[in-house]
Amino acid sequence: MSAIPLTPEPGLPGAAPSPAAAPGARAERGEARRARRWYTQPALMIGIGVMALVLAAALAGPLISPYNPNAQNLNATLLGPSAHHWLGTDQFGRDVFTRLLYGLRLDLRIAFLAVLFPFTIGIILGSVAGYFGGWVDTVVMRVVDVVVAFPFYVLVIALVFVLGPGERSIYIAITLVGWVSYARIIRGEILVAKRQDYILAAQSGGLGNIRIMRRHLLPNVISQAIIYSMSDIVQDILAVVTLGYFGLGVPPPTADLGSMINDGQNFLSTHWQLTTFPGLVVVLVGLGLSLIGDGLADILRPGQA
Amino acid sequence: MTAAAGTAPQGAAREGSVLEVRDLHVRIASRQGTVRAVDGVSFDVSPGEALGLVGESGSGKSMTLRAVLGVLPPEARVTSGEILLDGVNLVTRPHSELNRIRGRKMSMIFQEPMSALNPVMRVGRQIAEGPQVQLGFSRAKAAERALELMRRVGIPDPERRYRAYPHEFSGGMRQRVMIAIALSCDPEIILCDEPTTALDVTIQDQILRLLARLCRESGVSLVFVTHDLPVVAQICQRVSVMYGGQLVESGAVADVLLDPRHPYTLGLVRSAPDFDYVRESLVPIPGSPPSLINPPPGCRFHPRCEFAEEDCRVSETPLRLLPGGRATACLHYERCLDAVAADRARS
Repeated sequence: MSAIPLTPEPGLPGAAPSPAAAPGARAERGEARRARRWYTQPALMIGIGVMALVLAAALAGPLISPYNPNAQNLNATLLGPSAHHWLGTDQFGRDVFTRLLYGLRLDLRIAFLAVLFPFTIGIILGSVAGYFGGWVDTVVMRVVDVVVAFPFYVLVIALVFVLGPGERSIYIAITLVGWVSYARIIRGEILVAKRQDYILAAQSGGLGNIRIMRRHLLPNVISQAIIYSMSDIVQDILAVVTLGYFGLGVPPPTADLGSMINDGQNFLSTHWQLTTFPGLVVVLVGLGLSLIGDGLADILRPGQA
Repeated sequence: MTAAAGTAPQGAAREGSVLEVRDLHVRIASRQGTVRAVDGVSFDVSPGEALGLVGESGSGKSMTLRAVLGVLPPEARVTSGEILLDGVNLVTRPHSELNRIRGRKMSMIFQEPMSALNPVMRVGRQIAEGPQVQLGFSRAKAAERALELMRRVGIPDPERRYRAYPHEFSGGMRQRVMIAIALSCDPEIILCDEPTTALDVTIQDQILRLLARLCRESGVSLVFVTHDLPVVAQICQRVSVMYGGQLVESGAVADVLLDPRHPYTLGLVRSAPDFDYVRESLVPIPGSPPSLINPPPGCRFHPRCEFAEEDCRVSETPLRLLPGGRATACLHYERCLDAVAADRARS
């Protein structure tokens, strides 16, 4: 029958030369495609444009405006917009435009910093839960369930109320509440990714669990968390503004968009600009960050491999 | 090539084997019951030797390999048996010690080179990672080593390809990268899980030749899992045939494939296409593989076996040694001799 051609493998020549040039050319084309995609994302470009404008305004506040945001001038209260005061003055004679810039600066700083802590903690706990499974997973996810059971704003406001108003309380509250979303996202992604062959290959190579999580799993799953963090910043800005509105934010007289909206509310029928412009700035920031998040999602999601 | 002493179930520990597997049992917990995925498998591999492990899907080949490496899925467990690497029993070793052995003394090549490479890590870094972690190389020295390995496995222009990602490579090139990773810490043995199944035949041939050459150069042993008999013929010196989680036959490749002593091996050989002459038709093995939750009593192959007798249904069928360093689990292997002779006469 002699079914199989038997070559018991003595003296085989070296590996035959293989097509070399093709993969290189393909690589260059791949990069070109990625670059084109980056620039042709209208959502991303508009988002970046809006945020660049907002950030520039916030950072350059002292350069744009000659006024001190907290300097009162009781001879010039509740003025309408003019060449001197672009958005008029409030009931203490403070320049609204200047306070807007400083408030924006403060709120953006808090929101961006406040995202970092839950981002980090959520990713670590989510990775550990997803990778090890078992009782670690059970414990982490039950805690997540408890936190998720409360609405975000309710829990943040309650925590800040308990901890006392101020920047530090806002960071603590947002961290305690915010990490669960990242933990859930990353855990889900890890559950899928850890079944991949390249993780088995890394384990077969004798790499430690920490190294596998950090160098092999995380780079493959973190894009989802980054996309989410964009909408999370929006949520945090809204939380900061809401807290300021309720008087739980940074104490007066420091300018903050939320407290400006609240202060202006008393004069809504006569001086609408006091509340409207801080509100519009919040909308603008939210819009810019959401557009960036959408654009990033479009870029990161399909092109994973 | 050594005598297949290790294929005897109670064979004494043999001098000079790299890897010895003794009476290995792997059970998998499933909703339907306990799956006896590997049921009393024994084999050994000498330095520089290539052992083929052949069987159809679900026969326990891959589970055997994963048990040897200690990377079984969470629901699977080694319930008894020994896995000796250089005389050290890996089954009883703690995880931390296994991590020093994996990669450094043994490594694995996977079936799907695309999914077995990390998609977001540069190829060169993936090759350099082993030497860096396992051998304590500096970053620069590990990179140097990776370039040297890329040259050895025939990746053109390694300096440029070092910084490429896996998706920029073709299937054959990816498998070369896998081989480079497997070789990166100078292991004593490489476990191959159908490394050429996902490749087309010309690339498959290149990869097999490359593997054979590298093993000869560096004296690495191979355990080569596949269902492809011509591949076994090309690369292995000895072959063990698995069926239903057990070994049914083992011996030198030429002996086993040309002159099978187990009806299952005979069935495999008969159902393989042949390049030497055109056969009238391929002969499939009737029936389907046994359930490993409730395996049939006696010989596991008897429900599909054309030679089955009453005693096949009841008595256990351990591997028995035959002359010429071979072993078979068949109680009536003489009948295979007749069948082989008849096949020859017909062609």
